[in-house]
Amino acid sequence: MLRFIKHNFDSIDGVAIYPIISMLLFILVFVVMLVIVMRFKKKYIEEISQLPLEDDDINLNNE
Amino acid sequence: MEKQQFYYDNKIVKLFFWATIIWGVVGMLVGLMVAFLFLFPNYMEGIPWLSFGRLRPLHTNAAIFAFVGNGFFLGMYYSMQRLLKTRMFSDFLSKLHFWGWQLIIVLAAITLPLGYTSTKEYAELEWPIDILVVLIWVVMGINMIGTLLKRRQRHIYVAIWFYIATLVTIAMLYIFNNLELPVAMTGMKSYSVYAGVQDAMVQWWYGHNAVAFFLTTPMLGLMYYFVPKAANRPVYSYRLSIIHFWTLIFIYIWAGPHHLLYTALPDWAQNLGTVFSVMMIFPSWGGMINGLLTLRGAWDKVREDPILKFFVVAITAYGMATFEGPMLSFKNLNAIAHFTDWIVGHVHIGTLGWNGFIIAGMLYWLAKKLYKTELYSTKLANYHFWIGTIGILFYSMPLYIAGFTQAFMWKQFNDAGTLVYGNFLETVTQIIPMYAMRAFGGTLYYTGFLMMVYNIWKTAKQGSKVEDELAEHAPLKVISGKRAKNEAWHSWLERKTILFTVLAFVAVAIGGAVEIVPLLLVDSNIPKIASVKPYTPLELEGRDIYMREGCNNCHSQMIRPFRSEVERYGEYSKAGEFVYDHPFLWGSRRTGPDLHRIGGKYNNNWHFNHMMDPSLTSPGTIMPKYNWLHKNTLDYSTIAEKMKTLRALGVPYTDDEIAGAKASVEAQAKKVEAALHEDPEYVKNYGDSNMQNKEIIALIAYLQRMGTDIKANKTAQK
Repeated sequence: MLRFIKHNFDSIDGVAIYPIISMLLFILVFVVMLVIVMRFKKKYIEEISQLPLEDDDINLNNE
Repeated sequence: MEKQQFYYDNKIVKLFFWATIIWGVVGMLVGLMVAFLFLFPNYMEGIPWLSFGRLRPLHTNAAIFAFVGNGFFLGMYYSMQRLLKTRMFSDFLSKLHFWGWQLIIVLAAITLPLGYTSTKEYAELEWPIDILVVLIWVVMGINMIGTLLKRRQRHIYVAIWFYIATLVTIAMLYIFNNLELPVAMTGMKSYSVYAGVQDAMVQWWYGHNAVAFFLTTPMLGLMYYFVPKAANRPVYSYRLSIIHFWTLIFIYIWAGPHHLLYTALPDWAQNLGTVFSVMMIFPSWGGMINGLLTLRGAWDKVREDPILKFFVVAITAYGMATFEGPMLSFKNLNAIAHFTDWIVGHVHIGTLGWNGFIIAGMLYWLAKKLYKTELYSTKLANYHFWIGTIGILFYSMPLYIAGFTQAFMWKQFNDAGTLVYGNFLETVTQIIPMYAMRAFGGTLYYTGFLMMVYNIWKTAKQGSKVEDELAEHAPLKVISGKRAKNEAWHSWLERKTILFTVLAFVAVAIGGAVEIVPLLLVDSNIPKIASVKPYTPLELEGRDIYMREGCNNCHSQMIRPFRSEVERYGEYSKAGEFVYDHPFLWGSRRTGPDLHRIGGKYNNNWHFNHMMDPSLTSPGTIMPKYNWLHKNTLDYSTIAEKMKTLRALGVPYTDDEIAGAKASVEAQAKKVEAALHEDPEYVKNYGDSNMQNKEIIALIAYLQRMGTDIKANKTAQK
């Protein structure tokens, strides 16, 4: 539905800059994240992915 | 380092646990009531607060904010404490969050049926409740950040990132969309600060992102915690989960302005954008694959464990809904699906399948943990799973068919160039069997849910009392705030909680600004139409009644520039026609026909009789009666304040108009009533019953005005 009214945006001066900013921002974050994530050490990744599986609570009586 | 002992707060988890269940029962019951109104339009005849237009917002708000909201808080309070190896920051704030949120829900459940609504979808609550929502949200935020600060675990697990994204983004969205000016500080009524096109843009910027950040990110957080828990193995790829997080957060920020401003983009940006659109399928489907593949090597367990079954269907439904969503944004598909039941079917794949089943699986799993026992009946849980799954299919499939059927009937021309189904009602009666199947599917799903409630109730009774659990973990070693030698940049960032949250917020805020700034600018770029004038005082009161009764839940006010729509409804809608509409009332679903050019189409008597009993004028209609409008006396005591409020928002009412508002209401009402005397039947039955004081007169005045200004046709570019 919005497509029928969004032409109103075209008359705003320099409006194209907004989607370009947001796209470049997105691509930048995406690429930087990809590099960071790829550089994680395998051991570290395995360690943190185990976090939810650690014992929730310690029952002292059973210790 | 010596270990510290502490207790996990299970009491707050238990509170949210039961709140989720109770509001699930209530929210879905209202949904069923609404679904059956399609089949028996008058089974709650003459009860204003149980009419469709008021119950539908109650259903959506209850399902989203009460059921899914409490479900998210439940999972968050349970998992955050355990992932961060600490109790929540403040027991007082936890309780304040819980009781504050329940108070909001109760207030919503009272005010929405009473007709206090801003009409903006999923943001219908009026201004005092909006303020309460923001305050309670901040309470939750302080509690979350405080907990992060006192954590004993260095790394913040990815589930919590999703929680943080929910926290900051919903705050921003909710505040911007709900900016409204109260008519009086002592009353509930307010008007949106935005008008027409701008209001619509802000609303759907909210609507689009609220689905992402209230119904998706929190559920993904739950998925990344509870699916590994239930399967007893780590998430398939933690790397993928990080990429999934950042791309999901940013795709919304990028996709918004990109879609809105597509035509203004230079070629290179459009090409780059297309490449990235295609690439985006990988990370978002990566999320689904990541969830499903967590079960690698555990598929034998899925056969026996109902909890895993719920998770598998939930994640699959997530994949389906996120595939369908982008497909629906294509021009040709959108032209068919928009305003039809297809959208309702699509939404329920997401809510019943993805949200409902993730929460169901989590509830079963937590019931065992919290009450330290086995499930009362695994068999019953399996039955719930099957009856629920079949319920989802019976709910959605008929609506897809209904959507297609109706859309094609709307557009079908015969050789002579006229509409084959010129009477809108024909396209409604055609899909009644689909509505019956939908109601059946909903009943199945609800039955399954009630089976779960019984099962969990019995589990709780056979188990032990919920107690706070003792745990122990070494405190975090104090290390320098500066980045250590060889320390990875992201690990360092994770240590700095506040900085991390602030950066996440800055990222979202920049994205938000990129979207909001054009929205704020667009207002002055809408071509003004000289003949479009503000509503008269009586019409304004009529419009408020239209909003109170929630007419916008079934009727759109937006005629698209298609041949089939212009032929059916008249001249297509222009942006400049809505400049005085605070808020916009375009609607999103045509259960009934569009009303933008209803003005002057029928005489006053037609509307009078139609509201009294729609089947008098339209035999076979599923519109319920609105006969209380003929009995209620119109209250226009605040009309001057209403006009002053609107003037503050830019509607050009003069001092004289405001001073003479009450007299103007009375004079116009008399005229509208006089026209009713053309019908001898009216004179015979109501001739001397003082109808000019009744609400129906104001509503007729508004309906007869709607979309007529443009007929003067003196378009003038500003």
